[in-house]
Amino acid sequence: MSARQPLPSWALNVLMPAMNVLLALIVGGLAVAMIGENPIQAMQVLAYGAFGSGYGLGFTLHYATSLTFTGLAVAVAFHSGLFNIGGEGQAYVAGLGAIMMALWLDHTHWVFVLVGATVGAMTLGALWAAIPGYLQAKRGSHIVITTIMFNFIASALMSYMLAQVITNPGSNAETRTIAETGRIPLLSEYFEFFKHSPVNIMLFFGVVALIGVYILLWRTKLGFKIRTLGQNPEAARYAGISAVSIIVIAMAISGALAGMMAVNEAVSVQKRLVVGYVQGFGFIGIAVAFMGRAHPVGIVLAAILFGALYQGGSELAFVMPAVPSELVVVIQALVILFSGAMDEMFKPVLERVFGAFRSKPQADKAAEIEEA
Amino acid sequence: MGIEDIIPLLNSSVRFAVPLLLACLAGLYSERSGIVDIGLEGKMLGAAFAAAAVAALSGNVWYGMLAAIFVSVCMSMIHAIASINLRGNQVISGVALNFLALGGTVFIGHSIFKRGGTTPNLSKDERIGPIDLPFAAEIGQVPVIGPIYEQLISGHSIIVYFAFAAVPITAWVLMKTRFGLRLRAVGENPKALDTAGISVFLLRYQALIITGVLCGVAGAYLSTSQGANFSENMTAGRGFIALAALIFAKWKPWNALWTCLLFGVLSAAQIRLQGVEFPLIGEVPVQFIQALPYVLTVVLLAGFIGRAVPPKAVGQPYVKER
Repeated sequence: MSARQPLPSWALNVLMPAMNVLLALIVGGLAVAMIGENPIQAMQVLAYGAFGSGYGLGFTLHYATSLTFTGLAVAVAFHSGLFNIGGEGQAYVAGLGAIMMALWLDHTHWVFVLVGATVGAMTLGALWAAIPGYLQAKRGSHIVITTIMFNFIASALMSYMLAQVITNPGSNAETRTIAETGRIPLLSEYFEFFKHSPVNIMLFFGVVALIGVYILLWRTKLGFKIRTLGQNPEAARYAGISAVSIIVIAMAISGALAGMMAVNEAVSVQKRLVVGYVQGFGFIGIAVAFMGRAHPVGIVLAAILFGALYQGGSELAFVMPAVPSELVVVIQALVILFSGAMDEMFKPVLERVFGAFRSKPQADKAAEIEEA
Repeated sequence: MGIEDIIPLLNSSVRFAVPLLLACLAGLYSERSGIVDIGLEGKMLGAAFAAAAVAALSGNVWYGMLAAIFVSVCMSMIHAIASINLRGNQVISGVALNFLALGGTVFIGHSIFKRGGTTPNLSKDERIGPIDLPFAAEIGQVPVIGPIYEQLISGHSIIVYFAFAAVPITAWVLMKTRFGLRLRAVGENPKALDTAGISVFLLRYQALIITGVLCGVAGAYLSTSQGANFSENMTAGRGFIALAALIFAKWKPWNALWTCLLFGVLSAAQIRLQGVEFPLIGEVPVQFIQALPYVLTVVLLAGFIGRAVPPKAVGQPYVKER
């Protein structure tokens, strides 16, 4: 009988996300076919644009770095049982800390700018996320709603700051540009291969963050507390874990990670802070975290996939102007939908398939035991 | 400030409040049934596009309205399948629908109209125009009441009157009908309803269809009545303000009306207060007023002014015992 079997972890963590992405690409391809263009060609252009040249790869890795930060942010909060939907606002406000430190230190050396901006970004990002965390823990206001509201408050606050407070006179709502001495080098300055693409030293910070989050969550006491609280708040309470402090700490770490994006994008590449610089990367972090199953290995793969979609999408707009680059947003939406909300779609089918494959040898084994 | 200054301000407040009110009531049906709806924004955006696109192609705005409702209900049904049948994460589903609308509208719009995501401008006949209530001109001569009737109450599009009528209707449906009782119950304790032999699935599907219809009307209002075409991301966060309003209104229809009017006044005032000097505090930054609805919602949610308690079962997928 094809009884349902619990899925092995590789099927759950590799096969299902892969099927979700494939399905999203197929639906995206159908949309391209619907407007009378060749979907195979569109996908080829996408893939080539993202990986076909050092220049394209540099962009893909740069976007993937930002998405690694925002994806890890969602994942850390998720392990503590919280849904931080406010990565967008946290990264935006963190931009303020990053750029203020960068502009303060930019006449020294880029190393100081890098360290200062990172500290500034992480501090403000952590702060902006810790407030909703505190309100959730102490006052019971739902974190999803509060973080959404904080995204909008951040956007108003930042347009005020950029228009009135730290604005560059004469330009339209942006800060002044970081001085030549303080500019964080792009990788292309060391490796000709990347041409003039924006991938920079923050790529390594992304790798550090991935390893750091893994160690934090699975190898430290704090991580154990975070995961215990997320999986069983009751058990956490009996074990004497303070929900309030863990929630606030988890949210602060989450916000600090989201904030790192500011150093990668605003400080290193744009070299100034402009209105709305986050451009939805905070939201896509949600997709990255869910597709990556909130695990650093999954997150890095998902971040590269989404980074490739971004870069491939802008290439697509050049090569096939009839296909709007919003195709990428549609594919992203479908990946979020399939991997985050419609997870159960493939599961019963897969469970049956695995059940059918497995039941036979097991039945044979049972028969052998009986004979003996 | 005399009455001639206040009426235009209130008038534009009403215009700002209407899409919020419709979306807020839409969210009310969904959340009262126990389904979180972060996707109000996306449904409105999809509907706004469908209305403007179909009105432009057919020349008949009512086909546009039907298309808007159809698209919005379809999106609501995707949300229903994800959150009712597949027991998925309702917040994620909402986020996905918002992105789907953001990308999908421009994708389809660009391929049909080749204008980078906007739709052609609708002529006066292709829009849902203002209607004058009876004797508007005559009563308008009466001091005080006259201008209020002629300028504030009369002369809006039918959708505005529909939105305001939807408030007492929703209150009645929710509190006085069998459907309303069940809807409230399914959001608080779905198991009790299931035990009584009432289908939790069916009720939640019905609620989400109503949500879809109301978001559809809200979207059509934006692109064919308030505006004259669709442009990229034209809802600009209204769905999220509606969500804030819903919480602020503590999931109650009459409160929703007052909250949306308040948020409408804030939006209208925001434009008028630009550069105005107040005594003592000086000029209030526009961004401060922009952020005010969100700040108020956070403060309310935190329980500093009253308490907003959501329906108990909201956000939790219902698993029927087998």
